[in-house]
Amino acid sequence: MTDLVERDAAAVTPSPAPSASPKSRLRSEAFARRLRARHAAERRFRLAGAAAVALAALMLVLLLGSIVAKGASAFLEARIRLEVTLDPAEVADRNYTALLRRALYAQFPQVTDRAGKRVLNDLLSSGAPYELEAMVAKNPALAGTTLTVWVRADDQIDQLVKGAYRRDLPESERGISDARIAAADALLASGALAQGFNTTLFTAGDSREPEQAGIGGAIAGSLLTLLVTMALSVPTGIAAAVYLEEFAPKNRWTDLIEVNINNLAAVPSIIFGLLGLAVFLGFFGMPRSAPLVGGLVMALMTLPVIIIASRVALKAVPPSIRQAALGIGASPLQTVLHHVLPLAMPGILTGTIIGMARALGETAPLLMIGMVAFIVDVPHGLTDSATVLPVQIYMWADSPERAFTERTSVAILILLGVLILLNGAAVILRKIFERRW
Amino acid sequence: MQLTLLALILALLTVIGFMIGRSRAAASVGGRVAELHSVPSYHGVYVALWAGLPALLLFVAWTASEGWLAMQLVLSALPERLTTGDGQSVALLKADILNLARGISTGREADPLVVGAARRYAALRDLAGWSLLAVGASLAVAGLAWGRHRIGPDLRARPAVERVVRVALVVCSLVAILTTVGIVLSLLFEALRFFSVVSPLDFLFGTHWSPQMAMRADQVGSSGSFGAIPLFAGTLLITVIAMAVAVPVGLMAAIYMSEYAGRGVRTWLKPALEILAGIPTVVYGFFAALTMAPFVRSVGEAVGLDVSSESALAAGIVMGVMIIPFVSSLSDDVINAVPQSLRDGSYGLGATKSETIKQVVLPAALPGIVAAVMLAVSRAIGETMIVTMASGLTANMTANPLQAVTTVTTQIATLLVGDQEFDSPKTLSAFGLGLVLFLVTLCLNMVALRVVRTYREKYD
Repeated sequence: MTDLVERDAAAVTPSPAPSASPKSRLRSEAFARRLRARHAAERRFRLAGAAAVALAALMLVLLLGSIVAKGASAFLEARIRLEVTLDPAEVADRNYTALLRRALYAQFPQVTDRAGKRVLNDLLSSGAPYELEAMVAKNPALAGTTLTVWVRADDQIDQLVKGAYRRDLPESERGISDARIAAADALLASGALAQGFNTTLFTAGDSREPEQAGIGGAIAGSLLTLLVTMALSVPTGIAAAVYLEEFAPKNRWTDLIEVNINNLAAVPSIIFGLLGLAVFLGFFGMPRSAPLVGGLVMALMTLPVIIIASRVALKAVPPSIRQAALGIGASPLQTVLHHVLPLAMPGILTGTIIGMARALGETAPLLMIGMVAFIVDVPHGLTDSATVLPVQIYMWADSPERAFTERTSVAILILLGVLILLNGAAVILRKIFERRW
Repeated sequence: MQLTLLALILALLTVIGFMIGRSRAAASVGGRVAELHSVPSYHGVYVALWAGLPALLLFVAWTASEGWLAMQLVLSALPERLTTGDGQSVALLKADILNLARGISTGREADPLVVGAARRYAALRDLAGWSLLAVGASLAVAGLAWGRHRIGPDLRARPAVERVVRVALVVCSLVAILTTVGIVLSLLFEALRFFSVVSPLDFLFGTHWSPQMAMRADQVGSSGSFGAIPLFAGTLLITVIAMAVAVPVGLMAAIYMSEYAGRGVRTWLKPALEILAGIPTVVYGFFAALTMAPFVRSVGEAVGLDVSSESALAAGIVMGVMIIPFVSSLSDDVINAVPQSLRDGSYGLGATKSETIKQVVLPAALPGIVAAVMLAVSRAIGETMIVTMASGLTANMTANPLQAVTTVTTQIATLLVGDQEFDSPKTLSAFGLGLVLFLVTLCLNMVALRVVRTYREKYD
């Protein structure tokens, strides 16, 4: 600043012609040049700022775009139409694989050799017999009849239909054999291979076979975990905030608690995982991979976020409200519970939603407490083995199959959708209930 | 089962207690509630607390000690040759009993004595569950009766209830302290066990990291080495790359938004940055591993550089992108806290906007910005998912951002994922790393938060 002043002062003093008025000095060539340079610097700086914002926005678009591009196709899955004759003897033996294969061979009368049949067998998902079995189990009267079913295709066929393989590459580099492509093309031509909405994705648990894997189990695990987190951290957090903001005397202890909470909010999340592993699993002997433990760890992690947000909301309530309540004879606790807390509730709620959104997207601490296990079943209780959506994403991202990349992307889309909804709800709540005193 | 039942019974008794207390209080003064010391509903809460609280405390104490007690009883019944021995074999025996009692096969032929012990353990736990139910329920009923007996016009119900509520509030605010104590103790305790095997000096200053421990004494490569310098170097490299992206972009974005952007632009930009801040780290990791890393690699190959497929550059750039909104929102706060009078003074002297920002606003905001950067560094050091998914596992000591490096958090995550015995140096080393990570981030946060605090006070 001082430097700026001196420069302008220097520009003024050595003016050579004493006759010239100050106005003409301002019109001098040197002054104009300097001004141009300063304005150019101004424009450059402003441009740099705009470029920074544009870069951040570009990254957001790139990130979302790449995920949508990879994941959109996973909402569809390839299915094969078969005319299955449910031979009662085979049904009694539960030999559904043979039934399906026979129906498939019937569509390819020209294939008689073993190699050709093997190609056909591999068109079907290894889960297809179970689909048929479930159908028959639901309606035993089907045995003995002939019915048209659509069963899941193998994940490679699914990817082929979606155009993930380049047909112009030689067979050895393509990753899928000519024979399979030919068989799939024949089915496509006859209309027996088509895409439908992918319900498996939303109902099934994890699987080693991409076409049978879904995020149903992970979503259930996420919900259970979040339930525990919410039940523990919301009441505790609000109570702690009320104490610190309304009742705590200002002394060294409360100062320590305050510093401690601020620090806790910035501790890396993986440290909370180590805490959970050592204390909850190691010391208390709680079960591994359980939503209960996951929820406990997440509750400790979100607690500081909720306390800080609640304190800000409580602080925003004007003291006149408290004085009025105390003046008509309410006890301090009644003042807080009946008047201050209800008025601070929208702010607290917003902070809570943001904390929950963070817990929902958190992965690292859950890896530590074993929620990274391969779990096929959909969890039903707080102590069942479970995984959560972000961890499922992490595990699928490591899988080599192409179809898993697609499923990972779609799982991310769903997770992001939920998070944006939650954050949007927080913003709207803030807008509706925002109150200036 | 029994726990759910007990919870239901307690909830029911509490509600009943509330209603009894309220109506009895009113009845005790013949409906003239003004004669009561406290409002009837406080009497209700008073009885409900007597019904619920003692039983709840018993329940907590019981469940905390039940498993341990049952295990001690079972172990004391076993012959001594099984229960004596080093800590490891006893721990294994306990794990076997627990697994068998839960009906999980241990995967090997079990000793009939152990099977018997497991059956006894399961029976004891079952018995304990039912007796907890009985004792808890009777305690709740007794509490209810006692509370109901105390009710009268002179009972100071409100102060009593308020005392309990205040204690509960204090306990809740102590949870945060307890969490910190828990973190410090668990990290210290496990890290000390690790340092009893590996010397702290070797750990902190060793330059070779290969956390293997021999299964057999004569195994090839049996001596694991736990020199953490390569991990610290890798963490530093990725953090530096991330900061090189996040600090300029975040700071310039904050300046643009607070000083240049109009209202209309800001209403769009702020939510966009908030979305960027709300994206889970696992998503960034996926982006880094599947989009950014191949991109960096192909760009590198196009200019003739040898780029690893898990380069530090890709992970660092994506981590930087993740931290941009963090830096920009913190800097935004700091810049907005600079008083308008300073800006006005500068404009009055004829400075342009950028000159004002560079020579007045930024110097005034510098402490806050430094604090923001420190918090961002602490965030980058502690970030796990991006580096776990996009950087390598090999402990390279290099300053070349095109090579794969590994970080402290990656190692913690990979060492502890999966079923592992708790007491091998390999898993314990993760706690040693965790302790270092905790201490470093704690120092950064403490200093940064203190700077922010004094800075706020300066302009408030």
